Amino acid sequence: MSVPYARLPGWADYGLIPLLNVTAAFLVSGLVVLVIGENPIEAVRILVWGALGWGEGIGFTLYYATNFIFTGLAVAVAFHAGLFNIGGEGQAYLGGLGAALVALTLDSVVPWWITFPLAILASALFGAFWAAIPAWLQAYRGSHIVITTIMFNFIGASIMVWLLVDHLSPPGSMAPETRTFEAGAQLPKLDGLFALFGLDIGGSPVNITLFLALVAAYFVYLLIWRTRLGYEIRTTGLNPTAGVYAGISPARIIIIAMLISGALAGMMALNPVMGEQYRLQLDLAGGAGFVGIAVALMGRSHPIGVVLAAILFGVLYQGGAELAFEMPKITRDMIVVIQGLVILFAGALEHMFRPALGRMFANAGRPAGAAAGGAS
Amino acid sequence: MDLFIQTLDSAIRLSTPLIFACLAGLYSERAGIFDIGLEGKMLAGAFAAGAAAAVAGTSPNAIVASNAAWIGLFAGVLTSVAFGLIHGFASITQRGNQIVSGVAINFLAAGLTVLLGDVWFHQGGRTPQLTVDGRFRGVEFDNLQQLGTVGDLLQAILGPIVAIPVVGPLFQQLVLGHNLLVYLAFLAVPLTWWIVYRTRFGLRLRAVGENPAAVDTAGISVIWLRYRAVIVCGVLCGFAGAYLSIAQSVGFTKDMSAGRGFIALAALIFAKWRPWPALGACFLFGFLDAGANILQGRDLPLIGAIPVQFIQALPYVLTVVLLAGFIGKAIPPKAGGVPYVKEQ
Repeated sequence: MSVPYARLPGWADYGLIPLLNVTAAFLVSGLVVLVIGENPIEAVRILVWGALGWGEGIGFTLYYATNFIFTGLAVAVAFHAGLFNIGGEGQAYLGGLGAALVALTLDSVVPWWITFPLAILASALFGAFWAAIPAWLQAYRGSHIVITTIMFNFIGASIMVWLLVDHLSPPGSMAPETRTFEAGAQLPKLDGLFALFGLDIGGSPVNITLFLALVAAYFVYLLIWRTRLGYEIRTTGLNPTAGVYAGISPARIIIIAMLISGALAGMMALNPVMGEQYRLQLDLAGGAGFVGIAVALMGRSHPIGVVLAAILFGVLYQGGAELAFEMPKITRDMIVVIQGLVILFAGALEHMFRPALGRMFANAGRPAGAAAGGAS
Repeated sequence: MDLFIQTLDSAIRLSTPLIFACLAGLYSERAGIFDIGLEGKMLAGAFAAGAAAAVAGTSPNAIVASNAAWIGLFAGVLTSVAFGLIHGFASITQRGNQIVSGVAINFLAAGLTVLLGDVWFHQGGRTPQLTVDGRFRGVEFDNLQQLGTVGDLLQAILGPIVAIPVVGPLFQQLVLGHNLLVYLAFLAVPLTWWIVYRTRFGLRLRAVGENPAAVDTAGISVIWLRYRAVIVCGVLCGFAGAYLSIAQSVGFTKDMSAGRGFIALAALIFAKWRPWPALGACFLFGFLDAGANILQGRDLPLIGAIPVQFIQALPYVLTVVLLAGFIGKAIPPKAGGVPYVKEQ
């Protein structure tokens, strides 16, 4: 019971174990499909085809993946500092407010490429602001950041409903949304780019925010592994006491890491608000903040892993929509179940296969002759 | 005044699921297992209760059909305990991250309830509307005879109180006429107090949440103790869920817990993990909820209309303020969230 986990080779630790965990999650998902009375293999075929088999499907997959890269990175940065930021949903929601305020002010004045950088700044700022209060409370008052970020999700949602219903919706309109942005706040779609490669992505909403997400992933990589600040963040995450001895203030790191995390989550809102809907709507994050948890766990908090996991969840979201269409018994809620199973197996049960694997490696690593005389 | 009594009456009904879920969290967190999966367990319990009560209610077997509500309650509790055991397995046996596990439970419940509900009942994730026997209903004082001997007895006992002028009608309006689960929730508070502070199990429960190594040294199994806490937590979440689907409503609807599990969590923190304050916090949050419903679209004297969203956000704001240490300090059980490893 209390035997410490055996040390595994790096490739097993970072490759095999996550793979086993995710496989277990998908196997259980397959069981759920069986219980529903559909063929899991057929379901996977429809899902993969729906997400990757045609141009518009690929476009939608990448559109969803863009959201998840941002929220996944947000959770990952906080993880590196040893913090669990559950508030991505609320931070993205508030980020949408920042983006929309810039868009509503400038959309008929300047072209999109002037609005865009300002909107990036505003969404990041608003997202960071919504993470700042829980961060400060954790750093200086010791309030558990998980609880405060959960509370801030709800508080943020209330504020946004109030703003949209009472203040931001155009006069005379009953719908809780802002007016539609003019061309000056509509981000260009990538259909032209994909057409160069002979791929017709139809009316799918994937837009230049995708590149912003990839740039953000690269910056997170640089930040965490190539800067002094990143080193301090990782040190604090692994062992805050050691960090203190090295002269790193945990309070400062908590606040900086959460600000970066909140800014990343906030930028996610650019994708739906300025890239697809061209307006600020209720519930614009649509659960992407929570998907970020699964994405970060699956990607082991590494930007490359996060991007890959985000694409996988993009496939699940887009493919799931097609699946719901083809197999009416499997509603889109199946995606939520898979998400839960990935979080369970890749997160909470991440050590489940470790003891068995450790024993296997220990046995395999011992030369045949040494086994008998190994006692000395 | 009428409006105030109406709000109080509604607050009693709205705080009932909060009380169940809050006490559920109390057992778990006092034993050192953080549980942000209250919401998910409640939702799963609500679905199972709604589904089982609906199926049993239309059963040709008269005994099954007439006890459909109890069957529903049982199914809800069982399902919620099953989810609790997943959380227990992940966080006690596998020593996984308790927060992550709780998040997973919430997602699993949110997805599975709608997915299975749609496959089984084809109503977009709803369960069929319940029969009269499929629900826990309140019985008004004047109709107590329908309960038979028990009803007669109750009427005899409560009669003198109801007959008192002023107090009597108030008593009748506020205290009487609720369904059975409401009374159970309010009884669960003193019971929990007694278990946690006056029994051997309670002492050990508190100890294992503060210093599991000491409990282990005394020869008591930390693991079994924590599993029992998680099971009790599951049972109470099942009651909370069943209340939502087969007492307050006439069936399960998609996402019907609607964040109540998190409000209960907030109440637990607000109550600093103690049973009687938990009742107070749950009632306060239930009262705010009731007030938000009643104030919607009304103008208050002097203040004008308060946006409903502000009242809805108030429990969360109050909890954050409390967590910040501005009104007292909320200190969680010391070993909360830390998996126990022997010999370390």
